[in-house]
Amino acid sequence: MIFYDRLQFAFTISFHYIFPQLTMGLSLLIVYFKWKFLRTKVDMYNDAAKFFMKIFAVNFTLGVVTGIPMEFQFGTNWAKFSELTGGIIGQTLAMEGIFSFFLESAFLALFIFGEKIIGQKLHFITGFLVFLGSWASGYLILATNAWMQHPVGYEIVENGKYVLKNFSALFSNPWLIPAFLHNQFASLVTASFVVAGVGAFYVLRQKNIEHGKIFLKTGVVFGFISSLLVAFPTGDWNAKNVAKYQPASFAAMEGIFETEEAGAEIILVGQPNMVEKKLDNKIAVPNVLSFLTYQNWNAQIPGMDQFTKEELPDNIPALYYSYHIMVGLGTIFIGLLGLAFFFLWRKKLFDIKSLLWGILLLLPFPYIANITGWYVAELGRQPFLVYGLLKTTNGISPTVSSGNTLFTLLGFAGLYLLLGLLFLLLIGKIINDGPKLQKQ
Amino acid sequence: MELFWYITIAIVLSVFFVLDGYDFGTGIIHLFLAKKEKDKQVIAKAAGLFWDFNEVWLVAGGGLLFMAFPTYYASVFSGFYLPLIIVLWLTVFRAIGLEFRSQFKYQMWKDIWDKAFGISSLLLALFFGTALGNIIRGVNLGGVANGISIYEKHYFFLPLWNGSFSPLHENPGVIDWFTLIIGIIAVVTLAIHGANWILLKTNSSINTQLKSLIFKLNTALFILTIFSLIVWFIINPDALLNYAHKPYLIVFPFLYLMGLTGLFFIKRIKKDVHGFYLSSLLIIGGITSSLASMFPIILPSTNQVNESLTIYNTAASEYGLSVALGWGIIGMILVVVYLVVQKRLMAGKIDKMDYGEH
Repeated sequence: MIFYDRLQFAFTISFHYIFPQLTMGLSLLIVYFKWKFLRTKVDMYNDAAKFFMKIFAVNFTLGVVTGIPMEFQFGTNWAKFSELTGGIIGQTLAMEGIFSFFLESAFLALFIFGEKIIGQKLHFITGFLVFLGSWASGYLILATNAWMQHPVGYEIVENGKYVLKNFSALFSNPWLIPAFLHNQFASLVTASFVVAGVGAFYVLRQKNIEHGKIFLKTGVVFGFISSLLVAFPTGDWNAKNVAKYQPASFAAMEGIFETEEAGAEIILVGQPNMVEKKLDNKIAVPNVLSFLTYQNWNAQIPGMDQFTKEELPDNIPALYYSYHIMVGLGTIFIGLLGLAFFFLWRKKLFDIKSLLWGILLLLPFPYIANITGWYVAELGRQPFLVYGLLKTTNGISPTVSSGNTLFTLLGFAGLYLLLGLLFLLLIGKIINDGPKLQKQ
Repeated sequence: MELFWYITIAIVLSVFFVLDGYDFGTGIIHLFLAKKEKDKQVIAKAAGLFWDFNEVWLVAGGGLLFMAFPTYYASVFSGFYLPLIIVLWLTVFRAIGLEFRSQFKYQMWKDIWDKAFGISSLLLALFFGTALGNIIRGVNLGGVANGISIYEKHYFFLPLWNGSFSPLHENPGVIDWFTLIIGIIAVVTLAIHGANWILLKTNSSINTQLKSLIFKLNTALFILTIFSLIVWFIINPDALLNYAHKPYLIVFPFLYLMGLTGLFFIKRIKKDVHGFYLSSLLIIGGITSSLASMFPIILPSTNQVNESLTIYNTAASEYGLSVALGWGIIGMILVVVYLVVQKRLMAGKIDKMDYGEH
């Protein structure tokens, strides 16, 4: 039963991705706070760096312990996939271990414990190295995923194995850079929302107000810029890649059932009706999708009717919803943060309570947008593990029975429930204690 | 090229067991000997400071194995499905035990995470030792029954145990009396190693007690080692043939022997770090001697139908292995630099240091 293998991977990676999406973005914000402190000598910026370092540390720990199961599962649950493609994606995954995890973990301990021992300048540098390590990790994972989305630089040998033919092709893959930048800016949106959200909480609660204002200011500025960059140019760039390299997935995620001669409409709302092959309760704007994709109002975009069942993703509604949730939330972030940015510029932000509440309440949503974004990539790639080459059904471990997979899936579910509760408890405590408790 | 990556991965995994090994060992000592809160705190910190850095060696070793020997990775990880997933769960418990114990000041909270850290360390040591035992003993590759393979020739699946608990069974389980002995050896070895680490890094009140403990454990280890060798010889009479053919390999068991002998003089060793080096020799010697005895086999087949997995029949393409050599060397140099910088900046006993708030 491949279902349990897929469910286990989907569940464990969704849970895992709660943590790195914060730490990647947050590491940059921490470096910014530390840099600002070194320049201005205002203690509050150092407080901010150290406060978010505590949040970072908890997230990092959980990122590590939930990340190792991802690497292991390639072998445990997807042995056939590992055997056939390990010679290629093993390169980028091994590089991740060597180039980013060592860097990140070696200097994280120094950053957390070492401020008094190593001095302020070195402390800044260790923070920067942690940031570098975490982004290198993102880059190499995206390089791995890019190969699965759009395989390059390989050849197929006897016994069906994929063998590396051109190493540098893995990094000049046209899928990689757009996906990497889109992912990193999205991660920065999450981190900015966390920083701004905690700030909004402090200001609204009338506690640690001065720190709260710094958090808000920083979070809103970084968040507004990065949420724009997520949409344009990186989001646009990715959509064009999907249209070009995975046209069947493009039709499915946009919800285009029928090809329209005079240009495709963009769907805003609607529910895929897989029986009648149409969208129920559709609200759409004509010709916009053609324009966005090809800068031509009448460009033809192949709908799902142009593809066979074998070419189309196997869960079209889930793909469609993931995509529309991601895009919808992204639009809301730009709107809200744009508003906040405007009032910050007019020096009124801290007095507009409704806006502060808005920032606070939206805090969980970038997580949802990031994870649904990954669902778009992964569901869109179906029914393949390696697009066009290796079917998902042909990638699982030949000797692991579904009873064993269900056993471990249930185990992970229980363990991650515990981890999730502990995580909320600890983060709640850190936020409740606030940055002021920091002894200087 | 296969040989180069085999040696590199063996080194990376040995470093993992030396570094994270002291964390496991510290956990074991913590579980049984640390009674006062001050000791518990400082010993947990001795393990907790670098556990994530240490664990990265496992991640890196896994990644390299995946890159260089994908067929082996696929075969072993799916074949040892259950024990590997259980190891993952235990590492989660160990990590959160270490990281979360000092987050709240309630004794109840600390107690539960101390236990999580200690018990998961103990079980991890046992499982890793058992894993080594499995690799030495071999598995029923291809799942042969009545002379016919039911899987592809390089795949297998092991239950946690079978009714007989015997390594001689046609379908041996993960746990049998041979692998269990190796597991216990791993626990004892890592307990010695952890005790040495505590001596090196702390001034805890149990330090004097630890030296005599190391002596006792070492005696036990000596007996267990001889016992396991005899058992191994019974299971596989050809076990030591490699040493007869290639006498220079004897250097690996010699390392083990040096560590074992040296630790009998633990009470006379003045510098704590020397004890730590000796127990590191035990670990490195133990792992490398096991690997050397099988070389170039990396997973023996227990049946006559399918051939054993070797570094040659499981490796990735020559081109891939050579390309990786380029970035691998750069990467390893960087890792050594980090290690030196880190140890330079954070040397000495940790209870004398002021690490500020955490």
